[in-house]
Amino acid sequence: MTDSGNTTAAVTISGITKRFGDVVAVDNIDLEIADGEFFAMLGPSGCGKTTTLRMIAGLEFPSEGSLKIFGDEVGTLPPNKRPVNTVFQNYALFPHMTVLDNVSFGLRMQSTKKREAASRAQEMLDLVQLGEMSARKPSQLSGGQQQRVALARALVNKPKVLLLDEPLGALDLKLRQEMQTELKSLQRNLGVSFVFVTHDQEEAMAMSDRIAVMNEGKLLQVGPPSEIYERPANRFVADFIGQTNLLDATVEDEDHIILTNGDRLRAPSPHRPGTSVAMSLRPEAISIGERGSTPAEHEATSLVGQVESVTYLGHAIDYVVKIGWIDLEVRGDATAGTRRFSAGDSVSVWWDRTSDWVVAD
Amino acid sequence: MATTKELRGGAKWALSLNAWLVYFFFYAPIALLVVFSFSDDNLVGRWGGFTTRWYGEFLDNDGVQNALGNSIRVAILSTVISVVLGTMAGLSLERYRFRGSRMFDALLYLPVIVPDVTMAVMMLIFFTSLDDLIGLQITRGFSTITLSHIAFSISFVSIVVRARLAGMSETLEEAAQDLYATRWQTFRFVTLPLILPGIIGGALLALTLSLDDVVITQFVSGPGSTTLPVFVFSLIRRGVSPLINAVSVVMLAASAFLVLLSLLAQRSRGGSVT
Repeated sequence: MTDSGNTTAAVTISGITKRFGDVVAVDNIDLEIADGEFFAMLGPSGCGKTTTLRMIAGLEFPSEGSLKIFGDEVGTLPPNKRPVNTVFQNYALFPHMTVLDNVSFGLRMQSTKKREAASRAQEMLDLVQLGEMSARKPSQLSGGQQQRVALARALVNKPKVLLLDEPLGALDLKLRQEMQTELKSLQRNLGVSFVFVTHDQEEAMAMSDRIAVMNEGKLLQVGPPSEIYERPANRFVADFIGQTNLLDATVEDEDHIILTNGDRLRAPSPHRPGTSVAMSLRPEAISIGERGSTPAEHEATSLVGQVESVTYLGHAIDYVVKIGWIDLEVRGDATAGTRRFSAGDSVSVWWDRTSDWVVAD
Repeated sequence: MATTKELRGGAKWALSLNAWLVYFFFYAPIALLVVFSFSDDNLVGRWGGFTTRWYGEFLDNDGVQNALGNSIRVAILSTVISVVLGTMAGLSLERYRFRGSRMFDALLYLPVIVPDVTMAVMMLIFFTSLDDLIGLQITRGFSTITLSHIAFSISFVSIVVRARLAGMSETLEEAAQDLYATRWQTFRFVTLPLILPGIIGGALLALTLSLDDVVITQFVSGPGSTTLPVFVFSLIRRGVSPLINAVSVVMLAASAFLVLLSLLAQRSRGGSVT
């Protein structure tokens, strides 16, 4: 191995492209997933995240590029020759086998003795709290239980990387939240890399160490959830992850941008003067006060407007503030003693310079 | 269960009458056939007291026994071969796209659509031209009948198998491969058990079609090698004897048994495949 360091990445994707006929599903992506990492691939449907996962699993072969698992090239190896296992979107449990036979299937295919396979499968079922269900057929289990069986069936093989394709998509909200916590602690205990495909950004943020955001076959940004949220690489990422206000603007110089209405704001960006950009402002980063109450240090990042609508959420209040040429979403404080505003009130809004972020298109 | 509307007066009466008429048309001939097979009279349709001598004659008659033996041998051999070929055809069409697969797909349905007589003439011409063109002589009889039955059974088997495959998610096969199964193991442990009801259904269909066929068999059979239905047909032409009744009841019982088997096979494996 030409590997220089002592840490080999679990999955190394370099220059991978996947074409289906004329359609480019995955467009020249590079990606490294570390050993023991909880990694999410996030994007809208059709963005290429599932295709990428299937290429790691060996269910699709890349049209171009190289794919390594712990340093070994696996580009065109069939799925049964790869040290990875998959939890499929609809679990894909074998309906004609008992739960125990489902879970021991992988071990049996690797020529493990029947009794040993059964006892290891039983252990794994106990671990996911389904020890009692081993004699049942998958159709006799609830969705959440089927999900656990699918997890046990993959993990019993001690994969070097576990792939999960929208594993929580079919569960209801409460169960999904439970499984999120469970998956995370399972991953931490096993120390195995989990590569997780989802279109749900909250799920990705809550569970992963790092997120890869994809759109139209391209990899847009890879980073920890906080970085993706606070420092989105472009307009798409800013818009896709969480709620945000995108203010169209043009770069004036290193430190300033000009909004579409002509207002000049202090906002440093690395883009060249004249570039059309957008300023991303999260609703919770904006403060609201009576007109003219902007603290002096925020004068350079302040705008005035009128409250258009108010939505009371209990823990917070969502205001829509009309600035004239754009409506700003502002998340206001709802704790006792804070000034609340009603529709029609004249207000000032301001934010800290560190919380805005200029993105290119 | 959806609630059915309560019918009133005339409509209700007419509907139940209709049902009874349908049952009557279905089963009255069968009942008559069974009854007269026990009739001690030399005319087919006249009651002459109870006897089982026609069944005795059925067992003693060499012609019947010979034809029955032929029928069973042809049916079993043609079913086994057409099930293997039909299943393979169904699998390849449902799971793979290959050069000419669409054409193959369309052509596969042909024997289902083409009238029996046409099929019979085609087969006859085919066997004759094999002799004329490449000098391959197949004696009219057991082999030609079996080959013809295989030819039309394949379509039916592959249609039934494909229906089953279409209802089975490909993800299951992917999951098996992901769990270290080779292609063969995937087929053996996942695909085959899941399409088995389809294969059994197809086999029973092929068996029934082969046991029933008169037209095609008549065209391609040779002297001394007839199947039971063809034999019965020739008996009728020679003059009807109540032996035919007995033979028909036996065939009826055999068909009913096969139908029952196929129902049981479908019920025991009826779980939906997703």
